[in-house]
Amino acid sequence: MFNLLLPPPLLWALGGVFLLLVLASSSIRLLEARKPEKNWLELKLRIKTWWWIVGCFSLTILGNIPVALVVFALISFLALKEYLTLCATRTADHVVLFWAYLSIPLQYYWLGIHWYGMFIIFIPVYIFLFLPMRMVLIGETQGFLKAAASLQWGLMISVFCLSHMAAVLTLPQLTGIGVPAQGAMMLFYLVTLTQLNDVAQYLWGKSCGKRKIAPKVSPNKTLEGFVGGALTTSVLGWLLGPWLTPFSPLYAALAGLLIGTMGFIGDIVISAVKRDIGVKDSGRLLPGHGGILDRLDSLTYTAPLFFHYVHYLYF
Amino acid sequence: MNNLLRILFVMLLARPVVRLWLGVTVRHQERLPGTGPAIVIANHNSHLDILALYSLFPLGLIPRVRPAAAADYFLKNRWLAWFATHVVGIIPVVRGGMRRDPLAGCRQALHNGDILVLFPEGTRGEPEALSDIKSGIWYLLRDFPDIPVVPVYLHGLGRAMGRGQWLPVPFFVDIAIGRSLPHLENKEAFCTLIRDTLLQLKQKTLPAAPAQD
Repeated sequence: MFNLLLPPPLLWALGGVFLLLVLASSSIRLLEARKPEKNWLELKLRIKTWWWIVGCFSLTILGNIPVALVVFALISFLALKEYLTLCATRTADHVVLFWAYLSIPLQYYWLGIHWYGMFIIFIPVYIFLFLPMRMVLIGETQGFLKAAASLQWGLMISVFCLSHMAAVLTLPQLTGIGVPAQGAMMLFYLVTLTQLNDVAQYLWGKSCGKRKIAPKVSPNKTLEGFVGGALTTSVLGWLLGPWLTPFSPLYAALAGLLIGTMGFIGDIVISAVKRDIGVKDSGRLLPGHGGILDRLDSLTYTAPLFFHYVHYLYF
Repeated sequence: MNNLLRILFVMLLARPVVRLWLGVTVRHQERLPGTGPAIVIANHNSHLDILALYSLFPLGLIPRVRPAAAADYFLKNRWLAWFATHVVGIIPVVRGGMRRDPLAGCRQALHNGDILVLFPEGTRGEPEALSDIKSGIWYLLRDFPDIPVVPVYLHGLGRAMGRGQWLPVPFFVDIAIGRSLPHLENKEAFCTLIRDTLLQLKQKTLPAAPAQD
C-alpha cells in the first residue's frame, strides 16, 4: 500500500521530526517529575496532539497518492466545518451549504486525475458562480451578499488554498516533469518550514519582541518576532533546500523567505477573522492548540504561494 | 431482538453521524447517569438531538435509554411507528390527551429502572432558542422524588438539521452536561430552575472570547 522505500532524504527528514517529538515528550515527562507543582496539562495536551498531527501528515507522504488525497480532503472538510460553525449562516441556505461541502471531494478528484486546469478554476469560477445561483433559486434576499461572500471566502481558505498542499504533492504528476517522490519531499519542505516558522516567530517575539506589528489584530505579534522568524525560516529553507527540493541555494533561501513572510500574513488574517467573529480559538478539535484553522492558518497562505513559486520556477 | 436493533442503530447511524459527520465536544460526560432509574432532560431543536444523546452512552446501556416522544408525530403511519418504537426505542407520549395518563409509559420505564430522556420544551421550536418548559416532568417527579434529573444542553444540532429539514449538514456540536437537579415542591419554581440551568449550560457551550488588550 505504501512505498516503504522512501527516498533517503525524506526518511531522514521524517525521522528527524519523530525524534523532535520524542524529545518533546520526554522533556515534558522530565519537567513534570522535577516540578510537579506546576500545571503541565496544557503543554502535555499540545504535544500529544502534535503526535496525532504528525501521524496524519506522515500518511500523505508515504507514496500512496489516493490515501494522501483522502487525508487532505478530510482536513479541508474539518476546516470548512469549523469555519461554517463559527460563521453566521442563514437557515434558508441549508441545502446550499450541503453543495458547498460537495465541492471538497471534487476539488481533490481533479488532482487525482491530474487535471490541473480544472483544479485551479473549479472553486474560484464554477463554485463561485454555482452557489449564488442555488441561493437565488431559494429566493431569500435578506443577507444575500453577506451569506454568499462569507461562504465563498470559507471555501477559498479551507478548500481551495489548503488543497494546494495536495497540489504540491502531485506536482510531478500534474506537469509530467520530475519523479513522483519529489512531490512528497517538497510537501514536507513546505509544511515543516511553515510550522517551524510559527515556532521561530513565537520564540523571537517572546525573547526580544518590543514593537507591536499589528496591535489591533494580534496584540502579541511583534516586529522583532516577524523579522527574526522570517530570517530564521530563510536560513532553514536554504539549509533544507538542497536535500528536499530542486531549488538552487538562492531560490531555496527565497522560498524560506516567502514561507516566513506569508506564513505570518496567513496567521494574522485568520486572527482578524476570529476577532471579527469574537472568538479566541477557531474550534476545539485539537486539544492544546484550539481548532484546526488555528493550526493551519499560516498554510492557507504559504501552500498556494509556494505551489506557484515551484510551478513557475521548476515544473 | 429489539435491543440488538437499537444497538445497531446507535452503532451504525447515531455514532457515525454525530461523531464523524458532525463532530462533537462534550463537557462533563461523567455526569451522565450510568444506571437507571434516572431522567435526562435536554433542549430540543432537531431530530438529531436523540442521536446525539444516544452517542454519549456506552452501547451496553442503550437498551436502557428510552426517549419520550410525541405519539401524534412518530406514530403517524405504521412504518414510522415501527421504526420509532423498535429501532429508536421511543416511549410514545400522547400530547394534550385527556382520556388517560399521557405519562403512563414514562412511569413504567422508570419503574423498570430505565434512563428516561425527556425534552421538556415539548417541541423542537426555533434553532438555539429555548421554549417554555412544560410541567409534565414535575408531575412525573412527584411519584419518583428521589431519582436524579440530569440536564443536558445541546448546541448546534438545530443548525445541522432543524425543523422541516431532512439533510444533516455538518456543523460542530457542543454538549454541556450539568449536575443533577433537586426536586422542588413548587411547579413553577421547578420549571424556572430547569430553564435557568439549561441557559447556564448554554453559556458553557459558547466559544471563549479573545483576550482584550
